[in-house]
Amino acid sequence: MALSKLDNLYRQVILDHSSHPHHHGVLDESTNEIEMNNPTCGDVIQLQLHIEDGVIKDMRFDGSGCSISTASASMMTDAVIGKTEQEALVLIEQFSELVQGNETGDLDDLGDAAMLSGVAKFPARIKCATLGWKALEQGILEKQDTTVSKQLHREDKGE
Amino acid sequence: MQTLDHWRQDFPILKQQVNDEPLVYLDNAATTQKPQQVLDVIEAYYQQDNANVHRGVHTLAERATKSYETAREKVQQFIQAKSTKEILFTRGTTTSLNWVAKSYGDLAVEKGDEIVISYAEHHSNIVPWQQLAKRKGAKLVYIELTDDGYLDLEDAKAKITDQTKIVSLAHVSNVLGGINPIKTLTELAHQHGAVMVVDGAQSTPHMPVNVTELDVDFYAFSGHKMCGPTGIGVLYGKQALLEKMEPVEFGGEMIDFVYPQESTWSELPWKFEAGTPNIAGGIGLGAAIDYLTAIGMDTIHQYEQELVAYVLPKLEAIEGVTIYGPKDPKDHTGVIAFNIEGLHPHDVATALDMEGVAVRAGHHCAQPLLQYLKVPATARASFYFYNTKEDADRLVDAILATKEFFQNGLI
Repeated sequence: MALSKLDNLYRQVILDHSSHPHHHGVLDESTNEIEMNNPTCGDVIQLQLHIEDGVIKDMRFDGSGCSISTASASMMTDAVIGKTEQEALVLIEQFSELVQGNETGDLDDLGDAAMLSGVAKFPARIKCATLGWKALEQGILEKQDTTVSKQLHREDKGE
Repeated sequence: MQTLDHWRQDFPILKQQVNDEPLVYLDNAATTQKPQQVLDVIEAYYQQDNANVHRGVHTLAERATKSYETAREKVQQFIQAKSTKEILFTRGTTTSLNWVAKSYGDLAVEKGDEIVISYAEHHSNIVPWQQLAKRKGAKLVYIELTDDGYLDLEDAKAKITDQTKIVSLAHVSNVLGGINPIKTLTELAHQHGAVMVVDGAQSTPHMPVNVTELDVDFYAFSGHKMCGPTGIGVLYGKQALLEKMEPVEFGGEMIDFVYPQESTWSELPWKFEAGTPNIAGGIGLGAAIDYLTAIGMDTIHQYEQELVAYVLPKLEAIEGVTIYGPKDPKDHTGVIAFNIEGLHPHDVATALDMEGVAVRAGHHCAQPLLQYLKVPATARASFYFYNTKEDADRLVDAILATKEFFQNGLI
């Protein structure tokens, strides 16, 4: 039966994450929010971050997506909460390489997200897996940009 | 049930295995496959006749021009237009609709005017009108749908008023699969002095179309959805309107005389066709029309209706499957959007692909419709005359296997 190949893509742990996603919902207090969509399929994710002193203290995600994008976002939250922004950016890059089938070295820090390596064999689904991670990357980079521009602004004013 | 099995043999691409299963191609609303006859004509053109059209005196140029213009005649006869002057070759339905919105829109629409479309339109029949409305300060008005997936004719009567300058509707919805009563809607538009534009991308490949009898002002469709190549499409327009309209693109082929500071335009239909056209595309579309005509558009329509009557009840009978659009198979073309409860359509499409069944998943370039239906995405199976009852059974079986896989994790 051809569906047996699907086991590579949908392992039980992935299905668990998609049906009971971790850190799903809305934060009471967030430092920044990102909405990102996948225009080819209509998936949408809303990501809320609470970043303090360069550390991701907490995060929540919401929106609508397939089991791959939901599981991936759920696994991502497990992997990056408590990490610094820089550590998270490294994980995002590592995950992106992983789902494209490239060598990524030690996968321990990715946690359950390492299970998504099977996505590489389903090229049409890579964008599903990376949606949440791209949103996180944008959130971190935007925050760094605003911080930098605020600092510059202060310097301009001589504060 | 009749069978069109022997026609299926003409499609080499259908004779392959995908993921170790015989391919069942059910993404015909996105694009159709090409029969050997069409592929042969395109190859022969490049091998024997290739030359630029309308400008050479040599023999190949003569042959290429004749084949290209003969294709235009085939299109004219296929949709029963009065003259080849009314048949413009374009890149596809999207370009056709953009030309109407730009050229006719700029001519006829003013501040405060209204353009009427429906919630069941493809993005290509929404965005050009949004842009026109923005340019002119006009208003884009949407006709509602009924709960059972039909265009709401009562609402159409309320929305189409003397303020309306353009009504633009799909003949067949690319998601809901329903057939709109274009003749009635055209009469309504004309009663209020509006022109009727029809997106025929999902109708022209599947049923007889007679633009003269429908009395529509513009009709757009694509070659690649009707066994022809990509990159070629048609805009039909009534001659009197096309005469008044300005070209959208300028350059070679479309001019009469060019002076340093101004130019005059060529006559219809060439006035609109700037630059070297898609010659092989036009000829390929002509070959596709020959092919479809040999089967018979009535036969194709009737066969697909029988196929839908066969598969729709089977899909509806699967627990947890929701079908969108009209429930009566008589009103439902071979475009069938559906969802399986608890499963995202992407996951469904990947699973069906593993079973060799190709369907589309997503928003089908109709985001306002999916917002209207309050679903983020759907799966969509779309049939053509080369699909069979066995294909329909394979779809049903693959859906059952998919449900089983995701419910139990293993098979």
